[in-house]
Amino acid sequence: MSREAYAPPTLQPQGSNYSTTGTDLQAGPTTQYLCGHCNSKVQLKKGDAIRCKECGHRVLYKERTKRMVQFEAR
Amino acid sequence: MAPEPISPEDARRRKIVGVNAETVTNVTSTDFPGHHPGEDHTWSLEKFTQNFSVQYHKNHPHDAVFSLIGLDASIANAFRRILIAEIPTLAIEQVFVHNNTSIVHDEVLAARLGLVPLTGKLEGLNWLKFRKKIINDDTGDAREDEKRDDGATDTNTVVLKLQIECKWAEGIREGETDPEKLYVNSNVYARHMVFEPQGNQHKQFPEPDGIVRPVNPDILLAKLRPGQVVDLEMFAIKGIGADHAKFSPVATATYRLLPTIDIMSPILGNDAGIFARCFTKGVIGLEDITEEESGMVGGSWREGRGRRRRL
Repeated sequence: MSREAYAPPTLQPQGSNYSTTGTDLQAGPTTQYLCGHCNSKVQLKKGDAIRCKECGHRVLYKERTKRMVQFEAR
Repeated sequence: MAPEPISPEDARRRKIVGVNAETVTNVTSTDFPGHHPGEDHTWSLEKFTQNFSVQYHKNHPHDAVFSLIGLDASIANAFRRILIAEIPTLAIEQVFVHNNTSIVHDEVLAARLGLVPLTGKLEGLNWLKFRKKIINDDTGDAREDEKRDDGATDTNTVVLKLQIECKWAEGIREGETDPEKLYVNSNVYARHMVFEPQGNQHKQFPEPDGIVRPVNPDILLAKLRPGQVVDLEMFAIKGIGADHAKFSPVATATYRLLPTIDIMSPILGNDAGIFARCFTKGVIGLEDITEEESGMVGGSWREGRGRRRRL
């Protein structure tokens, strides 16, 4: 397969895609976000209010994937 | 047939290209057998070594000027083209981005990194092998042997890392606005690229001055603000300028023919200074002569010499 071919996302997250913390599996995985206002890290579970715990801002950003991306320097 | 001696005027005329109002004359060289009847112009190494000389006017690491005397312009042009396109150098070819939250996009940053000129110990660079070109075969047109890639090994690839994070600086003065003082690592420079020796490379590129490093450590690659991270790995390979300009070892390489200035009669006294000022500095040289000499026709003139630059 070519290097730059599209790889469809696997159904089972490999841990790197979603920064799941395995501590509270009963409560579901938590995902890390960044507050759009104060840049603090916000852990959110499924069903949580989308709100920063520090400043109450309602815009949260997802962190960039930790997956390696390859580029040609040309 | 005995070759006739060439008159000095003839010899001079053959060497000079005429740049006239509407035409350029005498551009091709005529020193080949059969052009001038009765003259022997067969090429011989002995004759060439006798007539040829190289004069360096300037030879700095980033700037060299030299005269090739007794050489055809086409050969000088060949040297220029070789300098630009065929001398191998090291440049970054692949960038593996682990994290980049800076304002510069991944692909733009990768292109910028590729253009950073790299250097290292010369013996090490000569020891380094070429990595076989990696052909991206999406169309299926590539031949089977072209698709084979040697793979990155310590003999053909140099690994560099760039890991940098911007933070707030400590002890900032009230009202400080200078990003350099407000933040730590607000600028990513070429000097932040770290050489990671693989296998035997630490012997070929020994510390501290033999390591692979950017030629200019002050190339600005990206700007960062607190919390932003650049974390990437780079593979540098050897290549030539014909493949990509990033491999070209020179910024520009040019050659030119120098104009001749014929001074028809001696220029003496104050006139000489005024005459010299009509040209760029260094074009006209002045010579001290005695009273007696100045009276002689064809004596030691004040004449144009050395590098003759066009106005």
